[in-house]
Amino acid sequence: MITTATTDGPTIRRTETIPGLRRSLRAHEMIVNMGPQHPSTHGVLRLELIVDGEIVVDVIPHIGYLHRCFEKHCEHMTNYQQVVPYADRMDYVAAMSNEFGYVVAAERLLGIKVSDKVEFTRVIMAELSRIASHLIALGTYGMDIGAFTPFLFCMRDREHILDIFETTCGARLLYNYMWIGGLSHDPPASFKDKVRDFCRYFKPKINELNELLSYNKIFIERTAGVGVLPPEVAVNYAVSGPTLRGSGVQWDLRRNDPYSVYDRLQFDIPVGKGIKGRVGDCWDRYMVRVEEMAQSVRIMEQAVEMMPSEGDVQSAIPKRIRPAAGEVYARTETPKGELGYYIVSDGTASPFRVKVKAPSFVNLSALPAMSRGAMISDVVAILGSIDIVLGEVDR
Amino acid sequence: MKEFLISLLQNQILVYTVMAFVPLAFVVPFALFAVWWERKISAHMQDRLGPMRTGGWHGWSQTIADIGKLIQKEDIIPAASDHFLFKLAPYIVFTGSYAAYAAIPFSAAYVGSSINIGLFYVIAISSLVVVGLLMAGWASNNKWSLFGALRSAAQIVSYEIPAALALLAVVMVAGTFDLQEINRLQGGWFWHWYAFSNPLLFLAMVIYFVSSLAEVNRTPFDIPEAESELVAGYHTEYGGMRFALLFLSEYANMFAVSAIASTLFFGGWNSPFGNALTGPWWGLIWFVAKGMTFIFIQMWLRWTLPRLRVDQLMYVAWKVLIPFAFVIIFGVGIWTLVVR
Repeated sequence: MITTATTDGPTIRRTETIPGLRRSLRAHEMIVNMGPQHPSTHGVLRLELIVDGEIVVDVIPHIGYLHRCFEKHCEHMTNYQQVVPYADRMDYVAAMSNEFGYVVAAERLLGIKVSDKVEFTRVIMAELSRIASHLIALGTYGMDIGAFTPFLFCMRDREHILDIFETTCGARLLYNYMWIGGLSHDPPASFKDKVRDFCRYFKPKINELNELLSYNKIFIERTAGVGVLPPEVAVNYAVSGPTLRGSGVQWDLRRNDPYSVYDRLQFDIPVGKGIKGRVGDCWDRYMVRVEEMAQSVRIMEQAVEMMPSEGDVQSAIPKRIRPAAGEVYARTETPKGELGYYIVSDGTASPFRVKVKAPSFVNLSALPAMSRGAMISDVVAILGSIDIVLGEVDR
Repeated sequence: MKEFLISLLQNQILVYTVMAFVPLAFVVPFALFAVWWERKISAHMQDRLGPMRTGGWHGWSQTIADIGKLIQKEDIIPAASDHFLFKLAPYIVFTGSYAAYAAIPFSAAYVGSSINIGLFYVIAISSLVVVGLLMAGWASNNKWSLFGALRSAAQIVSYEIPAALALLAVVMVAGTFDLQEINRLQGGWFWHWYAFSNPLLFLAMVIYFVSSLAEVNRTPFDIPEAESELVAGYHTEYGGMRFALLFLSEYANMFAVSAIASTLFFGGWNSPFGNALTGPWWGLIWFVAKGMTFIFIQMWLRWTLPRLRVDQLMYVAWKVLIPFAFVIIFGVGIWTLVVR
C-alpha cells in the first residue's frame, strides 16, 4: 500500500507503509515472509515477520490461502444433510469432531434425540479423532523443534485409529459418518474389541513419546518459558482448547457445557502448570495434549462398556429435514478447541446461514501476542504449539 | 606410497596429481554410501524401510541414481543473485573440506602430505568452509539463505575454539602436530589410545566430538540449515550439480572431523589388538571403521535429538565447552608434569 503523504511543493513525497503495521520499518529491521510455502506453517499460512536480526519484532499472519467458501456453500445445499461432508473438510486431521459439532447443532435445531448407541459411538469416534489430531500436533511439533523421529512414531500409532475408522465407515480421512439423527453405518461387530485393543496398545505409547520427546533436555530448553500466554491474555483473545488449558484455565466444553453423553463419563481436564517454565508456555500446551490423549483413552474405555450393542443407528434419521424457522448455536470441544456452529433456518430444506466459529482461527489471533520479542526459531515453536489447521482457519 | 608412485611414474608433477586425487577416490564413494546409509539408519530408527528398490538389494544404488539425476538437472542461477559469487561458493566449500584430507593419515603407508604441522593445517584449512558458506548465503540474495549463512558463520567460528582447544590437549601430551607421529605414539593395545590412556583426554574427546557436530552442522547443532525454520539454509537457492557439490562437501566434512577424532583419540590406523591384524591395508580398514563409527554416532544423534536455538548454541560453546576445554588443558599440563 503506497500512501501519498504530502503533496506540498513541486515534489511528491511518498511514504511506504506496510499493511497491518502501525509504523514504518526502522533501518535495522527487515521483513521476512514465512510461508505460504514453508515447512513449519502447517499448511498455506503466510506469516509476515518483521525481524531485527534473529529477534522478531512483530508477526502479521496472512490467511485465506485455503478459503473454500464453506459457509456460502452451506447456504446452497439442497438439504441439511449435505453439509456434513463439507464440515469434514475443515479440520481435516480430525474430521469426526467437525461432523460431531454440526450434527449436534442440527439435531438441537430439529429437536431430535438420538439413541445411546449412536451417542456412545459418536463419542468414541470423536475421542479417537482427538487422539489422531493430537498425534499429528505432537509429531509435527517435534519436527518443528528439529526432532524428526517422534513424528513417524506418532504416524504409526495414528494408523491404528485410521484402521478403526476404515472398518467402520470405509474412509480414512473424510468420513461423512455422523448423520443428522444417526450414523451412516452400524458399527461392525468387531468394533468394541478393536477400540479396546487400541486402548491397550496406545497407553504405553504415550510413555514412549514422553521418553523420546517430552522430557528431552533440548526439547524442554526450546519450549519451556517460550511463547508464554498468560491466562488473562488467553481469555481476552478467546482462545480455547489445549491452547487455553495450557495457560492454566480449566475450561473444557465436554465438562463446562456438556453435550452428547459426556456428562455420564469420568475424565480429568489437564491444564498447564508451568512445571518446566512458566504457566502458558509452549511446553505446557504440548503437555496438555499429551495428557488429553490419556484422558481420551479413559473416556473410550468407559464408553465401550456403556455402549449398547443392540439398536438401529438410523432409526432417528428424519425422512425430511425441514426445521422450523429459527436459529441455534451449538458448541463442541474439538481437538483444537471450541468449535461453534450457528445455524439459521428460514423453514426451507436448506440452511439460511451456517456460521462457524473455528478454534484454529481464534487461536491463531493470539500468535502475535505470544511471538513479539521471541526469536525466529521460537515463532516456529509457538505456531506449532497452538496447533492450527489451515482448512479450519480459512474454511 | 610416494616412493612407489615415483618409481612407477617417473615424474614428480604426475605423482603429486595422482596423490591429490587419491582421497577423492575415497570421498566420493564414501559420500554416496553415507547418504544411503543415513537414509537406511533413519528409516530403521523410524519404523520404515528407506530406499528398497533401486539396484535390487536394499536400494543400494539409490544415491548413485540421485547423483545421476542431479548432474542432469538444469543449472539454475537466480537472476537477482550475485552470479560470480554464487558460482564460486560451492567450489570454495568443497575445497575447504577436501583440502583437509591432504594431511589425514589413512594408513601407516599413506598420508597425502606428511607435514609436521598436520593438525594445525587441518584446523586452519577447514575454516575455509565458512567463507564459502557465507558466500553462498549472501550471493543467493535470499533472506532465508542469508540467515542460514550468518548462523553458520557464527556457529562454526565459535565452535572452532573449543574444538581446537580440545585438540591442543592431545598435542600437549603427544608433543607434536604431526598426525602420523601422533598415530605411532598410540601404538599397541587399545588402552594405549589417548582416549583410554588419559581420563582428561577422554573429556577432551567429548568436547571435540560435540564441537565437531556443530562444525559440520549436524543435529542438535544443525541450525544453519534448520529445515523447519530456514527451509534449507544457505543452499536453498542451489540446485543440480552445485547443490550436489555442497552436499558432497558436507559429507566429506563429516568424515574429516570423524577422522581427526579417531586419529587423535582412538589410535587412527592402529589395530586395537596390539600387533595382531596390523599392516598398511589393515591400517586403512581400522581407520575407516573408526571413522564410520563416529559417522554412525552423528547420524544416530541426528535422528534422535531436537535442535537447539541459536542463542542456546552460543551458550553451549562459550559458557560450557570453552571453559571446560581450558580446565582440561590446565589439567593435562599438570598431568604431564606429574606423570613424566
